[in-house]
Amino acid sequence: MIVFLVRRVVAGLVLVLVIATTTFALMGLTGSDPVRQIVGQTATQQQVTAKSAELGLDQPFVVRYGHWLADAVHGNLGSSWFSGESVTSSLENKLPVTLSIVLAALLVSAVLSTVLGVAAAVRRGALDQVVQLLAVLGFAVPSFLVALVFAVVIGVDLGWLPATGYVPLADSAGGWLRSITLPALSLSVGAIAATAQQVRGSMVDVLRADYIRTLRSRGISERSLLFRHALRNAAPAALTVLALQFIGLVGGAVVVEKVFGLNGIGSQATSAGSQGDTPVVMGVVVVMVALVVVVNILMDLAYGWLNPKVRVG
Amino acid sequence: MKLPDSDDTTGAVAPAVAAQGRAGILRRLLRNPVAVTCLVLLALISLASLFAPLLTSQDPARSSLTDSLAPMSGKHPLGGDGVGRDVLARLLYGGRTSLLGALLAVAVAVVIGVPAGLVAGYYRKWFDAVSSWVSNLLMAVPAIIVLLVVMSAVGQNTYLAMAVFGVLMSPGVFRLIRASVISVREELYVDAARVSGLTDARIIRRHILPVVQAPTIIQAAQMLGLGIVIQSGLEFLGLGSASQASWGSMLNDAFGNIYTKPELMVWPGLALAVTVAAFGLLGNALRDALDGTAVTGRKPSRGATTRKPGAEKKAPPVISEAQDTDDALLVLEGLTVSYPTAQGEKTVVDGVSLTVRRGEVLGLVGESGSGKSQTAFAILGLLPREAQVATTRLEFDGTELGRLGRAAMNRYRGHRIAYVPQEPMSNLDPSFRIGAQLVEPVRRHLGLSAAEARTKTLGLLERVGISDPERVFRAYPHQISGGMAQRVLIAGAVSCEPDLLIADEPTTALDVTVQAEVLDLMRSLQSERNMGVILVTHDFGVVADLCDRVTVMQTGAVVESAPVDQLFADPQHPYTRMLLASTLEDAEPRSALSLSRTVSASAAGAVGIAGTTDPAGVTNSAGITNTGRQEGPA
Repeated sequence: MIVFLVRRVVAGLVLVLVIATTTFALMGLTGSDPVRQIVGQTATQQQVTAKSAELGLDQPFVVRYGHWLADAVHGNLGSSWFSGESVTSSLENKLPVTLSIVLAALLVSAVLSTVLGVAAAVRRGALDQVVQLLAVLGFAVPSFLVALVFAVVIGVDLGWLPATGYVPLADSAGGWLRSITLPALSLSVGAIAATAQQVRGSMVDVLRADYIRTLRSRGISERSLLFRHALRNAAPAALTVLALQFIGLVGGAVVVEKVFGLNGIGSQATSAGSQGDTPVVMGVVVVMVALVVVVNILMDLAYGWLNPKVRVG
Repeated sequence: MKLPDSDDTTGAVAPAVAAQGRAGILRRLLRNPVAVTCLVLLALISLASLFAPLLTSQDPARSSLTDSLAPMSGKHPLGGDGVGRDVLARLLYGGRTSLLGALLAVAVAVVIGVPAGLVAGYYRKWFDAVSSWVSNLLMAVPAIIVLLVVMSAVGQNTYLAMAVFGVLMSPGVFRLIRASVISVREELYVDAARVSGLTDARIIRRHILPVVQAPTIIQAAQMLGLGIVIQSGLEFLGLGSASQASWGSMLNDAFGNIYTKPELMVWPGLALAVTVAAFGLLGNALRDALDGTAVTGRKPSRGATTRKPGAEKKAPPVISEAQDTDDALLVLEGLTVSYPTAQGEKTVVDGVSLTVRRGEVLGLVGESGSGKSQTAFAILGLLPREAQVATTRLEFDGTELGRLGRAAMNRYRGHRIAYVPQEPMSNLDPSFRIGAQLVEPVRRHLGLSAAEARTKTLGLLERVGISDPERVFRAYPHQISGGMAQRVLIAGAVSCEPDLLIADEPTTALDVTVQAEVLDLMRSLQSERNMGVILVTHDFGVVADLCDRVTVMQTGAVVESAPVDQLFADPQHPYTRMLLASTLEDAEPRSALSLSRTVSASAAGAVGIAGTTDPAGVTNSAGITNTGRQEGPA
């Protein structure tokens, strides 16, 4: 188990490093000229050269990357070329917003997909058909469209929940919950669809298994049969899909944050990306990939806990 | 955002494809109304985008302040947007951007994924390792982040972004193709082709490409939808070519005017949702068409045979025993089991009656497909849910079981009627320790505390001949051998001291040496606890070893029922004689020995004359028909 964990952590670090390097290379080696954007079109060539030197852009690419990496390892991700704000501290401010909606969406997806998937597998019939149709539609309709509809209908027209803004958890728990409900819900639609489909499929398979019949022959209760035995055996496959879906949730957050006017990492990625603000883009990429890595390792641990063959064998 | 998970399409689809060919799939697809609707919608959307210049005279890029947020009019059939551009023109031209962009992404994904998957799956080795690593890496990155980086580095170009997105989707194609190829290359016919000296290129073209074609098309349909989603997402964020009309940039504009004119969202939103949903549903319909018969439901059970009612006139069963059921533990009369199929009702058990007395071992014999296992499961109420079951009488210890609800039946199952399955390894829950699986019913039925149940279970494990019960108690099913698993299952069956044990070929799946031990165990447990036993088997050696009485079944009906000595000495029904003869021919030494012992013993004793009586139970019990609840898999 320890070996497995160490291997996963190392693989995760390698992933972060590879992505960071590729991103840095893309940002540094392609033709765009951020300095011109920073100093403005009217600046003299001297001003451009001075700014370049100030940002260290006159140095060779490898040296720049070496500096960035050395700083990053020590927790310093540099400062924004445009605002001069420290990337680390601005990420610290924005991470809670993104984490709130992404993790809430993950939780909602896990719970609702289990409920829908199990119900469809056990009841079959019309309910099954409805769940399957919802799964296809939920998978097909992009999350930002769902977000737009939620924002307009529930947020603006009905006014049940705020359509914009974020309330920190420390300020008001109720306000926080209200502010993340619509973003998290619209984000989770696709993940619910895909995962519910998987839960249903695995449950149908498991309920046909010999050992379920044998457990039934022992007269154990239907509840224990479904939720202790069948669901436990169906869970690993569903977890694999959910882990894949989480990557989608992180990406979807970028768009959903814009719809609900949330100042999170996603909206930061959009603005920094369109400006070519390398330090900020690098910070965002590292944090997002690290988030995916951490959640995937947690999912792997859960998988091992659920599946004794992985754990013991 | 999210990449399609390819694994689920792989295994099931691949073999089906090779057999069916594309024409059949297409025909099935066109019979599916959902698929036809999707195809028509997609065709309309494509045509509308293609012929946009004919459908509107407006320039999608020309803005005019006077037409800002213009209402619907002759000049602007769908009104104007925030900066006065024509909504209809932008909708039509925007379709081009979306469809072409998505096509580009899918083309890139297929061009990279298919060859890489073919090579990795066919040759394996280092290329497989490297490409799988790269594919896992690509799948772990949120696509939209990569696209943001690429667009900020290289410039705001929608088609470039979609090409990069194609690269990001290629792992999905790669994994699908690789898995299909790996499953096909193990097939015998591919092996044969290789041995007969065909070149690799030829094998791939002739045997492998046809198999991966269909799953690739399915995935392409889903990826097209995904490409449109990602592309419009980027444009909604304000990234992408500013001069190009697109559904995403229309939504961006509508979002800017969300408080003044939210209706602007309707058209691009609708176009987007319909197109993407159509691609998704089309993908599903394609998969259904490939699965073919899978839609009509699972085949009922192994060995089910279709019998045309009244087609053959059967001889009445030979019942050579007194029919008094006074001291009977279990009386089953007139059991009929049938399954609905596409070709109509399929009857697998037809009017079976049998009786088990307290402490008596009844052998239920017949070849596979004779309905003996179905009969056993029907008594336990464990047939699949789609089974249609009727009995005139199903009485256990004086209680009619056919009318019991699930909760009431659960008080009998495991407690007073127990079951030992055929295949030990697949009948233990792989996720739970053996101890936990054995303790749960004991606690439930006997109301023991956790500690008491544990002690009792450890004693049981020792009783069934497990030398290290503590270790097995803590073990998971995959950590013990098949023989030990069967002992565990027997321990589980007898744990609540049942009156009746139903064993479905309990030794068939075991090694010969283990078979003898397990039979010995069952015999000793049976006599020790004076259980009634129904032993389902096709092995007359086992029958001779254990049974007091035998009921022989053929194609769903009882043909003969007699005490074991009498049956061996003087079988009445031709089918019984045939079964006996075939057993003697290829009998194992042990079975033959015990068989000859039994036969000679019975020959020495007085042999009763086998009289025939009317088939019992069909007419004599006031015609009650119980449709028993069945709780097997749906």
